[in-house]
Amino acid sequence: MSALNLIDGSETSLRRFLQTLAGVDQIGAQERAAMLATRSIKTTSKKWAIDMAISMIDLTTLEGADTAGKIRSLCSKALRPDPQDPSVPHVGAVCVYNDMVGIARKHLDSIGGQSIPVAAVATAFPSGRASRKVKLQDTKDAISLGATEIDMVIDRGAFLSGHLGEVFDEIRAIKEICSDKAHLKVILETGELVTLDNVRKASYLAMLAGADFIKTSTGKVTPAATAPVVLVMLEAVRDFYELSQVRIGVKPAGGIRTTKDAIKQLVLVKEIAGAEWLNPELFRIGASALLNDLLMQRMKLTTGRYSSANYVTVD
Amino acid sequence: MSDFEYAPALESKAIANISKDYGLFINGKFIASHNKKRFETINPANEEVLAKISLADEVDIDKAVKAARAAYVKVWSKMSGKERAKYLFRIARLLQERSREFAVVESLDNGKPIRETRDIDIPLSAAHFFYHAGWADKLEFAGFGDKPKAHGVVAQIIPWNFPLLMLAWKIAPALATGNTVVLKPAETTPLTALLFAEVCQQADLPPGVVNIITGDGSTGAALTKHPDIDKVAFTGSTEVGKLIARSLAVSNTPVTLELGGKGANIVFEDAPLDQAVEGIINGIFFNQGHVCCAGSRLLLQENIHDEFLSKLQKRMSKIRLGDPLDKNTDIGAINSAAQLAKIHELSSSGQAEGADIWSAPCQIPNKGFWFAPTIFTGVTQAHRIAREEIFGPVLSVLTFRTPQEAIEKANNTPFGLSAGVWSDKGSRILWAGNHLKAGVIWANTFNKFDPASPFGGYKESGWGREGGRHGLGAYIKGAK
Repeated sequence: MSALNLIDGSETSLRRFLQTLAGVDQIGAQERAAMLATRSIKTTSKKWAIDMAISMIDLTTLEGADTAGKIRSLCSKALRPDPQDPSVPHVGAVCVYNDMVGIARKHLDSIGGQSIPVAAVATAFPSGRASRKVKLQDTKDAISLGATEIDMVIDRGAFLSGHLGEVFDEIRAIKEICSDKAHLKVILETGELVTLDNVRKASYLAMLAGADFIKTSTGKVTPAATAPVVLVMLEAVRDFYELSQVRIGVKPAGGIRTTKDAIKQLVLVKEIAGAEWLNPELFRIGASALLNDLLMQRMKLTTGRYSSANYVTVD
Repeated sequence: MSDFEYAPALESKAIANISKDYGLFINGKFIASHNKKRFETINPANEEVLAKISLADEVDIDKAVKAARAAYVKVWSKMSGKERAKYLFRIARLLQERSREFAVVESLDNGKPIRETRDIDIPLSAAHFFYHAGWADKLEFAGFGDKPKAHGVVAQIIPWNFPLLMLAWKIAPALATGNTVVLKPAETTPLTALLFAEVCQQADLPPGVVNIITGDGSTGAALTKHPDIDKVAFTGSTEVGKLIARSLAVSNTPVTLELGGKGANIVFEDAPLDQAVEGIINGIFFNQGHVCCAGSRLLLQENIHDEFLSKLQKRMSKIRLGDPLDKNTDIGAINSAAQLAKIHELSSSGQAEGADIWSAPCQIPNKGFWFAPTIFTGVTQAHRIAREEIFGPVLSVLTFRTPQEAIEKANNTPFGLSAGVWSDKGSRILWAGNHLKAGVIWANTFNKFDPASPFGGYKESGWGREGGRHGLGAYIKGAK
């Protein structure tokens, strides 16, 4: 990876590199995000955006109460979000805990969903508080069960106490396990990093260590994917591309529940990172409830009428 | 569709009730002008005629001043501040109620994008009336003595760049302090002022307290020379401001002037770059650059010049130029053919003097007056585009090596209205703020306005302040 030439892997070189990054003015970032939220997306662009958003969803269930039945139902929904309308695209991936990966993979394959990847959250998700050994094993397990996307969490404790090298090494170790078998999404948990300066630093740290995607949140902490956070991460991938000629993906997750929210995300992608990022290879949305709202808005565009929630499937 | 193109999202024109022709608003009624002369106001985005406007002459002006005098003597000067406040509150609420209509009419008449009229011009205009309504019954506590007195009849002349907002900046403090008003809106943008006259009627404002006379430069000149005017307030070009100052020097009539500028936006190497880029964009391309306090000179620390410029150009390529009524438009039409010609003239001088021009790739509509967002690099202090106010979407980029040099260049102008400082270092911002000679200095932001904040210039940018407690002083007799 050419990006690694920017540093030699030592904590000192990392620190030195991160210090070269310009600061983020929080008020300015909030204003820019608020201004982009006023974009008015209508008719043909709305239709395009809804289908694009559906195909970008990582349809997620991460509950203690998850069962095989629940996972199978999620997979069916992922493949055919609207059973009545085959023109609706399938979602980007399903995202589950590591012990559910096998069930999800098997069910998807059995219903013709071979092209839908299964993503597993890993590395002692959501807190990341476990030994390195456990985290590596967690990742290996998920991959061996058929996960082709790994959503790891960074060690926020290490980041906040300044042990950037530790965070970096851990991401690299997980990346090594993923190698060419799985895409690596690195969750920054921005709600715990708090400042936008931290978000920018952590984004670069993850990209330098080999992340294929940077992801905002676990969904277990609020605030999650706020517009200013996504804006700063999109600026980071845009600028990182200038440095390395590598395009890293972005995945906001947590709190994106409505079509309006999703379209605002796509506007951010278009106007900050650029149209090159407007595809499921480089932008995903971690969500569950969002899908149904997108489907209802899609029906409204097709039929001209709003239908009740009973016309979309609950899961 | 392979890309995420935004489909047109037009604000409906249906809400705008524009009459075919307008009289003058004198003594609470619309009346025909004395000479029956008319001129047209057009939509600068497509050159269509919007309405016929009356051209007031000396006879009309005299009538308006007499109405304002009578209203002052008989009603307004006798009314308590508490009662005056009620009218101001009522006007503020009516502006809010009719905000969409005002936003559409303003965009049609001025050419500025609906996003700005909707989110900035109209809400801020209402805010000025609310703010000054609050002062009306508290003037004795404002620090102008225990019995502050109004001047009487004030003449106010406003420009075309923020038609309703400039009206609010003028009328709200004048009424709050107990003056009556004769106001002349700009020749090219009279419509929202005439709509405001309707609001005065709706608010049952006593006849003659606000009079609105339309016309051209000659109307404005005649208004300032009327012998029964107690105070003049003008916002517009430095050239006209000087003429007014000269003519009023004879009569010693108090005057406030809010004139041109050539604001410097200084970006230090440690600035939050992405937000600084936004600030520069907002500083010069907000309202098509038709802003007296625009950050029209970008002073870049030389060691970040290339990186910053590349970011700026990329960002400029995303600016959406087009139909002002489209909710996704960032930059609308230039207000008039005359202004467009002036921008072209100065822009050509920049090229002739050897600066490098770069314009954002925008599709320019066939009809109307348009100018793509443009930057000049390699500009020096000796270029005309570094010294003269262009009043359009044209940014001159200069460089500096040390903070001292930045201040020296920023202050090296006959103007002194605004400046911006971009740095993550608080001490540097405070230091720069102490040394910049400008009436408004923004740090890590630009073009922020609030009724509570005084606004005005140094040097050739004007006399006096508008807004805040300071702005009240301009409308109180003998206030310093």
